[in-house]
Amino acid sequence: MTGKLITTTPTRRSLLKGLALGTGAIAAGSALPRFVQAQSSATIKLGFQVHRTGIGASYGRWYERTANAALKVINDGGGINGRPVELIFEDDGTDPKRGAEVVEKLVTQAKCDMILGTLFSHVVMGSAPRAGELKVPYLVCSEGHHVAAGALNRWTLQPSITDVKSQVKSMAPWVTANLGKKVTMVFPDYAFGHDHRDYFTAAVVAQGGEVIKQIAIPPTETNFTRYFPQIPNDTEVLYHVMVGPAVLTFVKEMGEFYGSGARPEIFGFIDSLEAVSIDSPGLEFLEGTHFWEGYPRYKQADASEHETFYRAAVGVDDNGASVSDPTDVSTYSHMFSTWETLFVIKQMMEESGYQSTTDRQAFVEALEATAGFDESQEHPQGPKIFNGKTHQVFGLQSITNLAEGKLTRVHQTTMEDGFYPDETDYTTQSF
Amino acid sequence: MKADRALVLHLAVLAALLLAHFLAPAYHHANLARIMVLSIYAMGYNIAFGYTGLLSLGHALLFGAGLYGAGMGVMHLGLPAGPGLVAGTFAGGLMALAVGVLALRTTGVAFMIVTLMFAQAGYLAILYFGQWTRGDEGIVITRAARAIGPIDLSDDASRYLVALTLFAAALLVNLALARSSWGRVMVAMRENEERSRMLGYNPFAVKLAALVVSGLYAGLGGAAYGLMFGYVGASLASVQYSILPLLYVLLGGAGTVLGPFLGALLMFYIIDYASSLTDAHQFVTGAALVLLVLFAPRGILGAIRAKAATWLP
Repeated sequence: MTGKLITTTPTRRSLLKGLALGTGAIAAGSALPRFVQAQSSATIKLGFQVHRTGIGASYGRWYERTANAALKVINDGGGINGRPVELIFEDDGTDPKRGAEVVEKLVTQAKCDMILGTLFSHVVMGSAPRAGELKVPYLVCSEGHHVAAGALNRWTLQPSITDVKSQVKSMAPWVTANLGKKVTMVFPDYAFGHDHRDYFTAAVVAQGGEVIKQIAIPPTETNFTRYFPQIPNDTEVLYHVMVGPAVLTFVKEMGEFYGSGARPEIFGFIDSLEAVSIDSPGLEFLEGTHFWEGYPRYKQADASEHETFYRAAVGVDDNGASVSDPTDVSTYSHMFSTWETLFVIKQMMEESGYQSTTDRQAFVEALEATAGFDESQEHPQGPKIFNGKTHQVFGLQSITNLAEGKLTRVHQTTMEDGFYPDETDYTTQSF
Repeated sequence: MKADRALVLHLAVLAALLLAHFLAPAYHHANLARIMVLSIYAMGYNIAFGYTGLLSLGHALLFGAGLYGAGMGVMHLGLPAGPGLVAGTFAGGLMALAVGVLALRTTGVAFMIVTLMFAQAGYLAILYFGQWTRGDEGIVITRAARAIGPIDLSDDASRYLVALTLFAAALLVNLALARSSWGRVMVAMRENEERSRMLGYNPFAVKLAALVVSGLYAGLGGAAYGLMFGYVGASLASVQYSILPLLYVLLGGAGTVLGPFLGALLMFYIIDYASSLTDAHQFVTGAALVLLVLFAPRGILGAIRAKAATWLP
C-alpha cells in the first residue's frame, strides 16, 4: 500500500475532489433502479395469527396448511423482492384477549413485518385496535362485515375474502328466482346470525320476496326439535346458517322433522358444514338442497388450471379432503383467503418497494390504490375488485346443489350482485 | 415494624413497576400494562374469595358489567373515557350488590352454582341484546373515545402509567383493607362464620359489603381493560373469565395482597411461553391448577407467609 485512503488534514483540492465525487455518486444513485438501493436480503417475517385451539381450530388447521403451501410457492419463486419469506404462526385460542396479545408478540417480540390470517370476527375485533396502535398492516381472512362497516382502522384490511353482507346479498336474486319468494330463516342468535338475518331479509325484499319468519336459535342450544314446528306451512324456502358443534344435530333433527313428506326448498350456508364430510351419517336429508360456497369444495368439471394447481399445492383431493386422509375435510370456502392474502402481500410489497418496517404505510397506501386482482395462480378462487376506501374485497360466489353426495355448482354470481354502497372511507383516517 | 415492612414491600413493588416503565423491552412493557389491569380484577376476586371465603364462579359477570358499563357508556351514550371508567366501576359494584342480595342466601357449593348461573345469564343477555352489544363480535372503542382529558389511552406510555396508577390505588386500598379491623372481620367470616355471628357481626351484611367491594374492583378492571385496549366483547364475560382470577389468586396466594398480581404475572407468562412450545397450552393451565391444589394450596405467597414471613398481609 503506497497511497493513503484517508488524509487527516484535508486540503482545498482534496475537499473539492471529494465533494465532486460525492455529488456524482448521489446523482448516479438516483438514476439507478430502486431495487438496487440498499437492497436488504434479510428474511421477511410475516406473523400468522392462527386459531389452533378453541372454536376455530378446524378452520385454523386448514388456514395454516394453506398458508404454508402458498409460502412454499412464493419462496420457490424467489421470495418477495428477492428476499426469503418466513411465516411465524402463533395460536390465539380463538380468543380476542389472547388475539391482541398475539399481535403484540408477533410484532414487538418476533419482529414481524405484518400480520395476517385471522378468521373469527371477535378475534379480529379484539386484535385490530392493537394492530392499529402498533401501526402494522393487519390483513384479515374473516368475511365479517366489520371491516367494510368502518368499525376498525386504517391498518386493517380484508383483501382476499368477501364479507358476509356481500355474500348474503348476492344470494338473494337466485334464491328468489329459483327456489321461492317466501322465506323462513333459521340462524344463531348472535352477531353472525343477525348479520344474515338483516342483510338477507333486506336483499329478499329488494327482489320482491318476503321473509315470513325469522327463527333465532340461542347459541347454547343442543336440541332443535321445538324450533321446527315454528316454520310456517307456506314457507317456500328454508334458509339455514348454523355454526358450532351442534350443527350435525340441527341438520339431523331437521331431517327427522320433515321425514319423507313434503318439505320446502332448503338453502344453507356451507359454514354449517365446513370441515364436515357431506356424507356423514344423518346428512342424507340434505340431498337435493342448495348451498352457498365461497369456493366449491368438490372439484368442478370446469375447474381452471389455477384451481388444479392450488388444490394440488395445498394437498386437497377432488372431494375437498386431505390427500393423505379422506376423512380430514377442508374448510375450502374460506381457506383460499390465506393463500390469496399471501400473494397480495407479495404483490403489494413489490409494488411499494417495501424494504423494512418503515415502509408499512407505503404498503397500505399501495393496497388502497389497487383496483383488484385477476384470476390467476395467485388468485385461484376468481377475480376480485378491491375497494380501497372500505378496505374490503369483492368477488364471485357459488351456489351448489347436493346431488349424489357431491356439491355441484348451479350458479355463479356476478361481481355486481355483491356490491353495496360504501359505509366508510378509511383513507380519510390518518395513519 | 411488621406494618412498615409490609408497606415497604408493597411500595417497592410499585417502584419496580415504575422502573419497568423505563427499562422493560416493548413487549414486556405492553404485557405488564395488561397484567396490572387484570390484577385489579384478580384483587377484587381475592377480596371475595381469599379474604371472605366466597368461592364465586361468576365474577366474569362483574368484570363484564365494568367492561360494558364503560364501553356502552362511551360508545352509545357519548360519555368521555373518564366518566366511562367511573360508570364501569359502579356497574361492577351494582351488579355485585344485585347478585349478592340473592346469591348470599346460599353458601358453599350452592353459592358457586348460583353465581355461575348468574354469570351465564349475563353472558347470554349480552348475546341476546346484540343490537346494542354486538354480541359475540363485540365493540371496538375508537381511539378518539379512549382519551381521559389529554391522556391518550391508546398510547403505550400513557396506558402503562394509567394502568400503574390504577393498580397502585387498588393495591394500597387493598392493603389498607386487609390491615383494617373490617378486613379482619372478613377473614373471621371465612374462618368461622358462626363464631363471628356470636360475636355480634351480621355475616350477610359483611359478606354483601365484601362482594360489593369485590364488584367495584372487578368493574374497574373490566372498564379499564375495555378503555385501554379498545375492545368490549361477550367472550370477556364468559365462564373462562370467571376461572382466570381464581387461577391467579390460587397461584399467587389467596388472602395475600400481592398474591393476585404475582399469580397474574406468572400465569400470563406461563401461558405465553407454553403457547410457543405446544398447542396444549390450555392443558398447562389446567395442570398448574391441579398441581397447585394438590401441593401448594396456599399459593406462593401463602406458603411464604406460613413458613418465613408471617407479617405478609
